[in-house]
Amino acid sequence: MMASSYNAKEEDGNPSSATVHGGAGTVKNKKPDNTAFKQQRLPAWQPILTAGTVLPAFFVIGLIFIPIGIGLFVTSNNIKEFEACLYSVYSKYSFSSLSTLQIDYTGVDLSSPCFNCSQNYIWNSTTPCTCSVPFSLDQPFESNVFMYYGLSNFYQNHRRYVKSRDDSQLNGDLSSLKNPSKECEPYRTSENKPIAPCGAIANSLFNDTLDLYYIDPNGSRTAIPLVKKGIAWWTDKHVKFRNPAGNNLTVVFQGTSKPVNWRKPVYELDPSDSDNNGFINEDFIVWMRTAALPTFRKLYRIIQKKPNNMSPTLPRGQYILDVTYNYPVRSFEGRKRMILSTISWMGGKNPFLGIAYITVGSVCFFLGIVLLIIHHKYGNRNNNADIPN
Amino acid sequence: MDFSVLRNLISRYCVGEEYWVDSRTVYIGHKEPPPGAEAYILQRYPDNRIVSSKYTLWNFIPKNLFEQFRRIANFYFLLIFLVQLIIDTPTSPVTSGLPLFFVITVTAIKQGYEDWLRHKADCSINECPVDVIQQGAVVRTESHKLRVGDIVMVREDDTFPCDLILLSSSRDDGTCYVTTASLDGESSHKTYYAVPDTMAFVTEQEVDSLHATIECEQPQPDLYKECLCIYICLLFFRPLGAENLLLRGATLKNTEHIYGVAIYTGMDTKMALNYQSKSQKRSAVEKSMNAFLIVYLCMLIGKALINTVLKYSWQWSSDHDEPWYNQRTEIDRERHVIRAFTDFLAFMVLFNYIIPVSMYVTVEMQKFLGSYFIAWDTDMYDEDLGQGAQVNTSDLNEELGQVEYVFTDKTGTLTENCMEFIECCVDGHIYIPHAICNGQILSADHEDLFFRALCLCHTVQVKEEETVDGIKMGLHQGKPTSFYISSSPDEVALVEGMKRLGYTYLRLKDSHMEILNKDDEIERFELLHVLNFDSVRRRMSVIVRSSAGENLLFCKGADSSILPRVVSGKVEQVRARVEQNAVEGLRTLCVAYRSLSPADYEEACHRLSAAKLALQDRDQRLMQAYDFIERDFTLLGATAVEDRLQEKAADTIESLHKAGMKVWVLTGDKMETAVATCYASKLFRRSTQILELTKKRTEEQSLHEVLFDLSRTPCVCVCVFMSRLSVDCQDYGLIIDGATLSAVLKPGPESSGSGNYREIFLEICRNCSAVLCCRMAPLQKAQIVKLIKASKEHPITLAIGDGANDVSMILEAHVGIGIMGKEGRQAARNSDYAIPKFKHLKKMLLVHGHFYYIRIAELVQYFFYKNVCFIFPQFLYQFYCGFSQQPLYDTAYLTLYNISFTSLPILIYSLIEKHVSVETLKRDPSLYRSEDVAKNSLLCWPVFLYWTCLGLFDACIFFFGAYFLFDNTTFTSNGQMFGNWTFGTLIFTVLVFTVTLKLALDTHLWTWINHFVIWGSLLFYVIFSLLWGGIIWPFLNYQRMYYVFMQMLSSGPAWLGIILLITLSLLPDVVKKVLCRTMCPTATERQATASENGSDVFQSSCTHVRCIWASDISLEEVRGLNVPLGQLDLVYIIIPDGHAVAVILSLPQ
Repeated sequence: MMASSYNAKEEDGNPSSATVHGGAGTVKNKKPDNTAFKQQRLPAWQPILTAGTVLPAFFVIGLIFIPIGIGLFVTSNNIKEFEACLYSVYSKYSFSSLSTLQIDYTGVDLSSPCFNCSQNYIWNSTTPCTCSVPFSLDQPFESNVFMYYGLSNFYQNHRRYVKSRDDSQLNGDLSSLKNPSKECEPYRTSENKPIAPCGAIANSLFNDTLDLYYIDPNGSRTAIPLVKKGIAWWTDKHVKFRNPAGNNLTVVFQGTSKPVNWRKPVYELDPSDSDNNGFINEDFIVWMRTAALPTFRKLYRIIQKKPNNMSPTLPRGQYILDVTYNYPVRSFEGRKRMILSTISWMGGKNPFLGIAYITVGSVCFFLGIVLLIIHHKYGNRNNNADIPN
Repeated sequence: MDFSVLRNLISRYCVGEEYWVDSRTVYIGHKEPPPGAEAYILQRYPDNRIVSSKYTLWNFIPKNLFEQFRRIANFYFLLIFLVQLIIDTPTSPVTSGLPLFFVITVTAIKQGYEDWLRHKADCSINECPVDVIQQGAVVRTESHKLRVGDIVMVREDDTFPCDLILLSSSRDDGTCYVTTASLDGESSHKTYYAVPDTMAFVTEQEVDSLHATIECEQPQPDLYKECLCIYICLLFFRPLGAENLLLRGATLKNTEHIYGVAIYTGMDTKMALNYQSKSQKRSAVEKSMNAFLIVYLCMLIGKALINTVLKYSWQWSSDHDEPWYNQRTEIDRERHVIRAFTDFLAFMVLFNYIIPVSMYVTVEMQKFLGSYFIAWDTDMYDEDLGQGAQVNTSDLNEELGQVEYVFTDKTGTLTENCMEFIECCVDGHIYIPHAICNGQILSADHEDLFFRALCLCHTVQVKEEETVDGIKMGLHQGKPTSFYISSSPDEVALVEGMKRLGYTYLRLKDSHMEILNKDDEIERFELLHVLNFDSVRRRMSVIVRSSAGENLLFCKGADSSILPRVVSGKVEQVRARVEQNAVEGLRTLCVAYRSLSPADYEEACHRLSAAKLALQDRDQRLMQAYDFIERDFTLLGATAVEDRLQEKAADTIESLHKAGMKVWVLTGDKMETAVATCYASKLFRRSTQILELTKKRTEEQSLHEVLFDLSRTPCVCVCVFMSRLSVDCQDYGLIIDGATLSAVLKPGPESSGSGNYREIFLEICRNCSAVLCCRMAPLQKAQIVKLIKASKEHPITLAIGDGANDVSMILEAHVGIGIMGKEGRQAARNSDYAIPKFKHLKKMLLVHGHFYYIRIAELVQYFFYKNVCFIFPQFLYQFYCGFSQQPLYDTAYLTLYNISFTSLPILIYSLIEKHVSVETLKRDPSLYRSEDVAKNSLLCWPVFLYWTCLGLFDACIFFFGAYFLFDNTTFTSNGQMFGNWTFGTLIFTVLVFTVTLKLALDTHLWTWINHFVIWGSLLFYVIFSLLWGGIIWPFLNYQRMYYVFMQMLSSGPAWLGIILLITLSLLPDVVKKVLCRTMCPTATERQATASENGSDVFQSSCTHVRCIWASDISLEEVRGLNVPLGQLDLVYIIIPDGHAVAVILSLPQ
């Protein structure tokens, strides 16, 4: 190079990179735009979390949460949920103070009325085993009563189980009816015929029958009307689950096999009501919505309030729960329960929410006080806490 | 042609035979010997096609994919994806495949687009027309068809299509002018010379008739290293140098046309060889990010292992393993042996989102977009240059906030590099340009010689305005305006200074330099040789022949390189003046001459041409020749040129000091000049105690003793303040010169004990806030940077410079900053950031660096936090679903969580967050070194642990909150029950809201963009969920999310639960923030609250330096201080008036 200079401005032998295209070589002779965005001077709100600013928020949260929590707690306590574990001596349970009714009818104990059924359990037995669990109500249920069955130690959320279904089959897709999804294995085919509905969930459909009788003081049994409509989500019943097209379900389901554990095919789930038969049977739909936790309950029936508002839905007195014991749970140490519960705007009985609200509210209130003290102690140092905008 | 002779001839100049094959033979005009000729080896060269593109149409997909999957993160996600494809995993391959596909596609599209642009650029370059001489006629062809040996004609203002040897030019003297602006940024015209033997060929026919070959070495990328070529015509050979080689990319100026022969084409050209990207610099943040990733990877493996083990222990009892309602499939049973491993992999897949694929994309986007804000900053825009800051690498934005050492060049960086001739001194008489207008010059012999020497000894070119613009000529009535161009501003200053003293350099014509002397007579000197400047010799010479036939050698250079070679002249007077000028901060040069007798001249010519002919070791031989010629000088005098300090340079240095950075000035200048500049720029203050480590001192004592002495001095200082004045601690400055430095750095032969000077030297440097290294060779600058980089604290270094000599240190330092200076754009091009002026460094570091560090630190921590929140509930859920790998969330949520629900707010946050105002940062540079940002403190393990614990806490709140809400109870007012997907959706909703609101709490600056993305993301989540659950999607084989979200929203307790859980999970962080802010605010927070109380600020500056603050203190109290006093050498007590070190106590044990 011809260039010469006297202050050691010389290449040091390091190959310098020269970009070929554009890159650094292109000289932008343009002054950058003086816009608020490009200069990062957008008008902004600059909140700073200091004791002074957060204090009111804590008090407000405390003041809002505590009443909500109290309200929730009271509501929850007003909910009648009847719960009994009748494998021990059932007569002990006269539910005066407790407002829940849970009846465990698994039949683990010798004393339990359902002990025999649970012992001599045979799949596909033609004569169903029945047992009756008597119980008494000390307080009447005033409004609509919801009847649940509950299972414990039943892993409906097991992955293999959850995915073992074919939603398009259940949505009435004919090709899926004849050729169910692979996910249904090993409940996909039986005797070389496709199973409808296929999969482990459908196969293990809860099939106990629960009936409730009121024992009149004169000793006669009155069957309590149990409504089976409205127990499944409306959208499930009307959109997600569809029967395959065809007037006669028997014909439509021809060429398919019933799930191995079922006693009757899907189109005979409720022959009395064509709107509740086949895939759109509400008991079936309820079962198909897999539970989140291994101990769960599912809505079984609704006992509706009588039109004449005067008498309670379930008056106090003696009752009998008639169980057609079909569903084996003892092989996996499971439990079965029957639950009666009333419902408020906040759902079933759940003291947790109320307690949690009260606790969080109190904690906030307490923190508010602590911060107030701190604010007073250290506050003079941070007097002008907010940056001027 | 007899090639064996040729081979012998050449190999004589070669060191070893093996180098011979490394040269190429170019037959001008393809006049190769007949095929049968002896020793003719057909050499194949690439054609002149430039390929800067990386991909072609058919190799794009495989090659790009290969490139992308070489990144470890992408590869990891690919593995996860493959595992999902192969084995039966809980989540569908879509969940990891889609984000991966997204990331890969976006990157591929970006790279593809860039490559397409490159293809287009290549195409336009390759297809541009070129004139080639074939059979004596000009044939127009396309650039890429050029081959080695073609004779090319280039017209004015065209760029050279390949590297050419200039054969002849349209100018009579066989020269041509060229600018290399696109190569190295120097816009000055450089002169190139035709091969003397072919100079005379002017027509195409003549050129075409040429029978000659050119022997040259194989292409080398070094732009500035002379290319070794030999022109051979029959048996006559002539060396060719860089002055004959026209480089591709340069532009022909002021010359009608030239003929040249192509010697390097296509990818062999220097420009193409230089087209390679710099080595990647990685920031410290990236390193800690990788460390965190490893922790999370271990966590992931740990989780998967725990779950696998628990799964098998849980399954031990048969009723858990396979209850009647949930039989295994045939396939499950068969693979019993490898099941455990598959289970492990399945858990890995389930939890793999803890390492987010999108983090890499977000970090890259943040850096890429963030760099625009730097380039857009009008504060760093320079009106004169018309340029703002320029970002060449966006990877280092946050590193700007971590700098501990600043290495700066002096000339052009601290100073303007705008030279002004101040005075000259001839034999002790001083001449100042303004003072001599009335002819005070004594016409002594030496004076005349001195002025002539300065007029002749340079490489300045005269640019005449008339040749550029014909109209201007008329305006000036035939009096051409001319100005000087040189790549060195000193030379221009000197030549212009001479002009003012009455000696005007007119031009170089026919290798005669014309001077207009003060009597308005034109003197002509024949320019015989130019002995170019180099930084080792630090001088340059010319050999001229005066009209009287006398051969003269003029030399000018640094005093250190001239004075030892002087045999006569008034050395002492000149030396005294030089030193005096240097102290004033002027740049001095000494001028000397030597009269060459014809015999001497013959000898010199012989040596020079012999050296220039050498193919090997040419540099070394030239050095020897120069060394031989430049001796026995007669000293004429010295010059002084002033280089003014850059605007606000002192202010910037002061700020950098206050910001805790150690500023080192590395310069090639002499010590006195450099020290003067350092004082002027406030690098050294009056109070600074200067430690010297120079050659002068090491000559007296041994290096070892000096080092040992110095290392004892600044041991530990305790500053005791008696009032609340803000006081500077005593600081030390070190001066070291190049010679001593190389002695220090030299690995000591006596390795026993004292051998390790490096450590002692580093120890001294550590205690000095300012270090001046003078007389540095460019490579030494890089060595120093390397030394500091490798010291045991591993500080982050920044190098800033403007010239080509700073490139090595710019490349070496963690962050390299180039000043767009007057000496070309070498430094700016090789730097990571280029700024117009030194003062812009302040905003760059203190503001942008600080912000980007805070931003990226939050970005990284937040990403890990939000993914812990995301995945840990899924881990907890395994305990409640029989360790069956059941995912908690729906596939869509798993896939979109990181891509769309939570990605934009953090990206925007990391682009525009400001926790304090720009003004505060500028006003108080000490924030830069405050404990909340310095030393990568936002990404240290405790902070990381806090974020992770916060994530775990929140995850537990989400999961167990939802668990207790769901536990065995009804959740709706119509008695219907929810399933597992509602459970997951509830948790997910709380999760999305919590992590977004957590970011909202961290945001200090709420612009409309923040509002838009934060509330927009939440709204998008809600809308998406409504849509996703609102339709039976025909392409899905499951409809598990159908109406789940709506059903959840229709339930009152769900709302209450969501609100409760969000509040609860945000609570601890808010409390922590408030408490920290109130009880122990960081320096930045204190500044943000802008407290007027002096003690706060005072303490903050006090904690950093090792000092103690006490309001009223006596000696006894000093002894009683909680400091290991045994280690103290000195205690400084600074009295209230604040500027004096009053007492220096030496404390007894």
